[in-house]
Amino acid sequence: MSALPPYASKAQITWHYTFRAICGLIFFFLIFPIIVIMPLSFNAENFFTFTPKMLALDPEGYSLKHYQDFFTNPDWQQALWNSVSIAPVATIVATCLGTLAAIGLSQSHVPFKSAIMAILISPMIVPLIISAAGMYFFYSRIGLQGTYWGVVLAHAALGTPFVIITVTATLVGFDRSLIRASASMGANPVTTFFKVQMPLILPGVISGALFAFITSFDEVVVVLFLGSASQKTLPWQMFTGLREQISPTILAVATLLVGISILLLTTLELLRRRSERLRGLSPG
Amino acid sequence: MSSTISDPASDGVVRAADGTPLKQRLNRALRREKLRSFLLILPLLAFIVLSFIMPIADMLFRSVENQIVEETIPLTVVALKEWDPASGEAPGEEVFAAFHADFVQAFKDKKHTRLGLRLNYDEPGMSGLFRKTGRPSTKMQPPYKEAFIKVDEDWGTVETWAVIKQASPAYTDGYFLNAVDAHRTAKGIEMVPENERIYLFLFGRTMFLSIVITMSCLLLGYPIAFLLASLPLRSSNMLMILVLLPFWTSLLVRTSAWKVLLQQQGVVNDFLVWIGLVNDADRLIMINNQFGTIVAMTHILLPFMILPLFSVMKTISPNYVRAAKSLGANDWTAFWKVYFPQSIPGIGAGAILVFILSIGYYITPELVGGTSGIFISNRIAYHISTSLNWGLAAALGTILLALVMLLFYVYDKIVGIDNVKLG
Repeated sequence: MSALPPYASKAQITWHYTFRAICGLIFFFLIFPIIVIMPLSFNAENFFTFTPKMLALDPEGYSLKHYQDFFTNPDWQQALWNSVSIAPVATIVATCLGTLAAIGLSQSHVPFKSAIMAILISPMIVPLIISAAGMYFFYSRIGLQGTYWGVVLAHAALGTPFVIITVTATLVGFDRSLIRASASMGANPVTTFFKVQMPLILPGVISGALFAFITSFDEVVVVLFLGSASQKTLPWQMFTGLREQISPTILAVATLLVGISILLLTTLELLRRRSERLRGLSPG
Repeated sequence: MSSTISDPASDGVVRAADGTPLKQRLNRALRREKLRSFLLILPLLAFIVLSFIMPIADMLFRSVENQIVEETIPLTVVALKEWDPASGEAPGEEVFAAFHADFVQAFKDKKHTRLGLRLNYDEPGMSGLFRKTGRPSTKMQPPYKEAFIKVDEDWGTVETWAVIKQASPAYTDGYFLNAVDAHRTAKGIEMVPENERIYLFLFGRTMFLSIVITMSCLLLGYPIAFLLASLPLRSSNMLMILVLLPFWTSLLVRTSAWKVLLQQQGVVNDFLVWIGLVNDADRLIMINNQFGTIVAMTHILLPFMILPLFSVMKTISPNYVRAAKSLGANDWTAFWKVYFPQSIPGIGAGAILVFILSIGYYITPELVGGTSGIFISNRIAYHISTSLNWGLAAALGTILLALVMLLFYVYDKIVGIDNVKLG
């Protein structure tokens, strides 16, 4: 498939290019909606489509006013601040607990391993609306509903499965005799963990943390139910914006968020390469 | 075997340096290791149980819990035990006296409207009846039966009391019956009238739309995964970015992009008008209906189909297809008889994953689904935040959860829960 042999028949050549064209269209479908909002966010008018001035590449058709709105509007600023203060704390909780548990789970003699794994992974499997409903009922019983910590704990719970999965995957390639070597040279378990094990599994921990961060940062269903107005996060503000008074500021926010995604994706890709190089899976 | 190892004791038991049998020492070490790994897992396990499992258990409990009636009107519940609705007569004075005592107390605690609202789920009109009776109840004199009937004639009917008696037990299957469009009447369990059935229909629509979305994801995802698996590493890595970028982009960004694109004054309609395919006057309605939901959700879930398909196709050796061709198969036969069967595990994994994700979706249908594209989860959200019928929301959620768990069990059998890969 990758390259056409010189003896390919006419039909084969036709199919080869048709197939490529079909794939091109599907890639277009995947990427177009994300690309198209970027120029639209610079629209000088309050429209969601390309104005004639924009199509003519007239500088007057473009402006930064939606970005200006985002950075000056107190609603959006409050939402940004809430997101920024919830996601990192949830990430730290999820990463610390998740990494410890993944190390525990990777050892050879863990009783009830599959049952424990099923419980720990469950926040990822259960549909968000059900998690949100359950948490709403339960957290209002214990007085956590509508509080900052309620949202943080819920987001941390949703993020841990990702940490467990990525860290467990890194631990598969971890040579356990290094721990024994370190112990035999007189290091205590804590020193061994921070000086030997941690640096080696760090790429997995970081990518798990990034997954946990993006889970919390993008999460809207749970915060919609659990949060009160003072925990309104960026996705929540976008959600209300899309449902009620749709304003082009949303496109500016969306563009900024796509920028964050690209940054995250690049980081993850670099980490993956580094981890593969460390394990000697690829020549680098 | 043990005798060959240096062993000072003559009983044939291998011993450690301090003289305890080696087996015992090993067992002890193993136990310690088990304990240590368990202690590492424990904090997270406790955290997940507290912050996630207990809420889910609470939801399951709420779907059958019904203590409000017993708590609000305890004397009446006891008095009503003697009364049989089949007798065809409203209960006697002693029930009314008990009810009066309960009701005045409930009115003082401002709980009577809550109970009315709860009973309203079983019989519309109860909420109004309770609210209406609130203030007059404090001025009533015996005989209470007449006094209540004077406030509203409904207090004298068998149906009103049958509803209260039926709602008395501390646990009820009423919410589950409501969730499948049934209710309990004097004659037993019956389906609600045809024009009021919504939940079975909504479950059906959720399933149908999820199947359509899964199918479209498969249709679009298969060629992409095939291309990525057959290209050399360098170019497939480049193209993979086009799959991973949408995967990593916020759900709301993608939903808003579709909302913007598919609007009547949006980019797609503008384009269609510009190339002359559609008249400016009758632009297509592509948003706030099923079409919008299907398109947006296919786009959102497509990476979840491509990634498992890709990881399976990556392991299929090209030699099989080459062998088939050298034995005389044409391109199609070689693909269909040799390649395709080997990719079926990937199809299974991707399809179940997409299906599980889509039947529980809430945000996208809520924003682009209009009324014809909403899912069962939107109804759950409605009952939690708008109608406040938490019992029904919990029952609907429990049914949905059972469905997802069943599917996940199948997924676990096919792929294995430990084989979930990210990125």
